[in-house]
Amino acid sequence: MGTLDRTIRSFLLAELVAGLGATLRAFFKPKVTINYPFEKGPLSPRFRGEHALRRYPNGEERCIACKLCEATCPAEAITIESEPRDDGSRRTTRYDIDMTKCIYCGLCEEACPVDAIVEGPNYEFATETREELMYNKDKLLANGDRWESVLARRLELDAPYR
Amino acid sequence: MAHFFLHTMIGQVILTVLEALAVLVPLLLGVAYLTLAERKVMAAMQLRKGPNVNGPFGVLQAFADAIKMITKETVIPSGANRFLFLFAPFLTFSLAMTAWAVIPTNDGWAIANINVGVLYLLAISSLGVYGVLIAGWASNSKYAFLGGLRAAAQMVSYEVSIGLVIVSVLLAVGSLNLNDIVLAQRHVWFCLPMFPMFIIFFISALAETNRAPFDLPEGESELVAGFFVEYSALAFGLFFLGEYANMFLMSGMVSILFLGGWLPPIGIAPFTWIPGPLWLIAKILFCLFVFIWVRATFPRYRYDQLMRLGWKVFLPLSLVWMVLTAGFLLATGLLPQGGAS
Repeated sequence: MGTLDRTIRSFLLAELVAGLGATLRAFFKPKVTINYPFEKGPLSPRFRGEHALRRYPNGEERCIACKLCEATCPAEAITIESEPRDDGSRRTTRYDIDMTKCIYCGLCEEACPVDAIVEGPNYEFATETREELMYNKDKLLANGDRWESVLARRLELDAPYR
Repeated sequence: MAHFFLHTMIGQVILTVLEALAVLVPLLLGVAYLTLAERKVMAAMQLRKGPNVNGPFGVLQAFADAIKMITKETVIPSGANRFLFLFAPFLTFSLAMTAWAVIPTNDGWAIANINVGVLYLLAISSLGVYGVLIAGWASNSKYAFLGGLRAAAQMVSYEVSIGLVIVSVLLAVGSLNLNDIVLAQRHVWFCLPMFPMFIIFFISALAETNRAPFDLPEGESELVAGFFVEYSALAFGLFFLGEYANMFLMSGMVSILFLGGWLPPIGIAPFTWIPGPLWLIAKILFCLFVFIWVRATFPRYRYDQLMRLGWKVFLPLSLVWMVLTAGFLLATGLLPQGGAS
């Protein structure tokens, strides 16, 4: 009986028709496409995008050259050199991130005791040359200035979960 | 004026060229938009939107593709046979176009209303195998060669069942003339009394045009792109157009053999107001939609399954049905005596 049932179903193309029905239903469903350059999907406050070095509200840079980020970076993408400034405080003279090495794990952000290095919401930093992805301190500080309002908001939103 | 066109040599030549253009220009436009329609329909079935940036709803995408295709460089592999390599796409493309000479778009509206229209179509579609084989051989590449062999084997296998299906239609019509075949469906379209044959013909048409789920000759996952791996630019474009023109042709054949060609579904007032060619176009478009629908639905067949389906399922089925049709027509005395023409 089972054989007969199977044979009849196979000759009536039952499964094929069911499959065609499924695709036809999908044909009339609303589409899930996001027109990317014009529309963008939502981002979590924890999203790990392009790096930025932040400043205090008075304009002083936060980074104290503790080099914890350099030490923790699993991809060894961060290079820091430092020496005391004229006023006696220790600051970086060089803070480079090789964005081609970076794996966007967020460990630098976790390690930072003063919330200086953060990963921002920006993921549209593609460049035409490789050299442009070797970020230096100026570029990172500029990123920080550009995104500061968003970065502060993200830290605030994520704070209750830390 | 009428005398010039109908009774002088040069006039007739001009008239034929004009008739051919009247078929080919809409056909080429249709092919260009079929590629777009395929992307749109498949996208919709996968909950995507498809091309929608070039012009409203992406209608200019077909032209963007054409410009890209024409302006790219034609790469000819160093080991290839140059002449055959370039000849194959032209063969495929021109054969797909030539077949349209006998397709009637209305009562008597065919460029060549010949008495053996069905045979002509079968011959042309069999010749289409050569384009594929030549391309596979001339590329001098193992993937192209395997793809060409597969395509040839597949097209030949399914032509057998297509032939037998057509024979059972011909038994009911009593003529090889495509015009007569359509006129024989005045009362009932052949897709109703011969429903199983209609399905077999449609599935064989999928295999014949190398469409999914029978797109083994170009199976991306195993043969890269099959017989046209080595092709680029305009030569590739011609293969592409040829393949889509073949889809049009096969849809045209399905419409004429089973869906009543230019005839409206019911021969009463609101349906008969719409002119015949529009009915034919509507039926062809419906068939093309099903082609794309099937592609969006089913995974590719394995090669041995494909051969089993062709030789061990379709061939016996269509043979049995042909004998049944002949027996039924003979027993009921409905067998057409002589041709209608």
